[in-house]
Amino acid sequence: MAAPTMDRSTAAAPASPQTLTISKALNMGLRAAMEANPKVIMMGEDIGKLGGVFRITDGLQKDFGEQRVLDTPLAESGIIGTAVGLAIRGYRPVCEIQFDGFIFPGFDQIVSQVAKLHYRTQGKIKMPIVIRVPFGGGIGAVEHHSESPESYFAHTAGLKVVSCSNPADAYWMIQQAIDCDDPVLFFEPKRRYYEKGEVDTTVTPGKLFESRVLRPGTDATLVAYGPMVRTALDAANAAAEDGTSLEVIDLRTLSPLDLGPVFESVRRTGRLVVVSEAPSESSIASEIAAKVQQECFYSLQAPVLRVTGFDTPYPPSKLEEEFLPDLDRVLHAVDRSLAW
Amino acid sequence: MSSPEQWTHPEPDAAPAATAAKPTAEQVIAGLRATDEGGADLVQLLTPEGERVSHPDFDIDITAEELRGLYRDMVLIRRVDREANALQRKGQLGIWVPLLGQEAAQIGAGRAMRQTDMAFPSYREHGIAWTRGINPTELLGIFRGTDQGTWDPVEKRFHPYTIVIGNQVLNAAGYAMGQKFDGKVGDDEGEATMCFFGDGATSQGDVHEGFVWAAVYDAPLVFFCQNNQWAISEPTERQSRLPLYQRARGYGFPGIRVDGNDVLATLAVTKWALDECRHGNGPILIEAFTYRMDAHTTSDDPTRYRLSDELEMWKLKDPIERVKVYLVRQQWADSSFFESVEADAEKLGEELREFCTNMPDPPAERIFSNVYAEGSPALDAQRDEFLDYVSGFAGGEH
Repeated sequence: MAAPTMDRSTAAAPASPQTLTISKALNMGLRAAMEANPKVIMMGEDIGKLGGVFRITDGLQKDFGEQRVLDTPLAESGIIGTAVGLAIRGYRPVCEIQFDGFIFPGFDQIVSQVAKLHYRTQGKIKMPIVIRVPFGGGIGAVEHHSESPESYFAHTAGLKVVSCSNPADAYWMIQQAIDCDDPVLFFEPKRRYYEKGEVDTTVTPGKLFESRVLRPGTDATLVAYGPMVRTALDAANAAAEDGTSLEVIDLRTLSPLDLGPVFESVRRTGRLVVVSEAPSESSIASEIAAKVQQECFYSLQAPVLRVTGFDTPYPPSKLEEEFLPDLDRVLHAVDRSLAW
Repeated sequence: MSSPEQWTHPEPDAAPAATAAKPTAEQVIAGLRATDEGGADLVQLLTPEGERVSHPDFDIDITAEELRGLYRDMVLIRRVDREANALQRKGQLGIWVPLLGQEAAQIGAGRAMRQTDMAFPSYREHGIAWTRGINPTELLGIFRGTDQGTWDPVEKRFHPYTIVIGNQVLNAAGYAMGQKFDGKVGDDEGEATMCFFGDGATSQGDVHEGFVWAAVYDAPLVFFCQNNQWAISEPTERQSRLPLYQRARGYGFPGIRVDGNDVLATLAVTKWALDECRHGNGPILIEAFTYRMDAHTTSDDPTRYRLSDELEMWKLKDPIERVKVYLVRQQWADSSFFESVEADAEKLGEELREFCTNMPDPPAERIFSNVYAEGSPALDAQRDEFLDYVSGFAGGEH
């Protein structure tokens, strides 16, 4: 599909750039996508009148009607499975999974149909479906509300997986994901929903499936995505006060991985620390470590280190501060890398 | 149909009521009669003996030519099925999924559809594929391992075979919702969707969710359940206490059980259901009561779990024989007609054999093709590395 994304500044929009939260930026991005293409529809639990439990779809049903913003029955396989049929019919469904831990009833449809129909039919059926998933911990929630399931989907051929970390990316990446003819798992850093940043709604900041260097540095490289980007940037600020220069890269795309900027960085710094909330075993962080040792073998001054959630179920929330990587754990890993 | 209000649980010590033509509510609740034919609730227009009978709600005006067409369809698709089964035995196919015995259910349902209607099959729907104008040769690659179905699902309005049990029911519900959202429902020009699944699938969550979604969105969807009595080795009693068609009631739409070995009844009921849907009165569940006369697949061994007596009983209800008897009795067909159908079947079988044995293997790059609509640089790199590796063996030293 031709990408109409670049002309989406609406006459009614306030002056750019403006300061927005990630949540508001997502809401505006979804609205822009619905205005640009009448085939874009929203599906999910409580996304209509309520505007979603995080209010990401606030006001959309009022303005676009119940046939374009569907308060669905409470069944995740149903949301994904019917989105498949609607996509075949020519729609571009954007599904909201209310919380990360509730995606698993829809896992079968995602893996067996969404991911494989294009391949099965050798391109005769496209699956332009976006599955939005508020993910990650740090909000003091009960079980199943704080998980990081992105690796399951990155492991599945046929799916694309991205995560935004700031309001400008939230606004633009959600529109780019909706424009994409491949299915996209869109992971939203729920604990950062209310962080603010500047959004220019007239200038797209780059392509969807590209990593980005957020902060240049010379001593070691930090790679993160989603909610851990803020943690990595904070760690780099703290390290700078001690005279250590850390380069910070926001992965943005988890599948396909865009590791060119990471390889380039590691060849300069010789050291890499990957930061992610997800358990480390067989994870995105593992994949990055494997690829970097393959491509940057002679540049590495230390093994690739991973700072991640532990290989346990997500713990009761009173323990999540220990479970989640924080500034100190990141800096501890940086120190180990530098001292290797 | 009995209503839920009448149903009560039997007293713990109460003996089941005496068996009558129709099961009592208590027997249904107790799971005793899930596989009984349903007595008066079974819609039948042509008996196993080839006698035309009437039904108060469903009937059909059929010409001699139309009935000869249905007969021909069933004979040809049975021949395709037997030929493919034999090709598996000769090692030409990795596996085959026989439809033997289900010809009437599939030809009746398939011929009820219009070109503008959409179908979502499971993996045994060779007869439906036939009615959608798909050459049987296009089914072979799936079972030979050269492709995963080559027809154009949009042009043919026939979705790819779905192998994960029940997945396609939700996909069909979504498609039917799209027909409604597009304003294609509401009059005789309306569109409808058919979804095919089996008795085993009725236990899947996706099928139940499909019932819920289609109901709350008033989707123009005909759920067509072929109850062939066996989900591999498990009988329908393992899936349900209730006769399957009665489940529809709980979801708020009609459920009808039709003699799935009666092509006329299946055609009549399915036409009615599709028309209801295209006018906006969907969804509807049809349970086609039929029998899988062969194995689940060529890898299966039914002698381990069912008696040959059962098969012998169902042979007396063969879907093709009863039509032949009726055609002859009505003098709607003579021996030259039957001979020409046999000749067509023989020719079709030969074509299938010829095509199958000459199917080339796909090239190695097919592994990587069309994983994504917009590509993936990482995957392209993996493909190039592999093809480079493969090309290293060129020249025959390996």
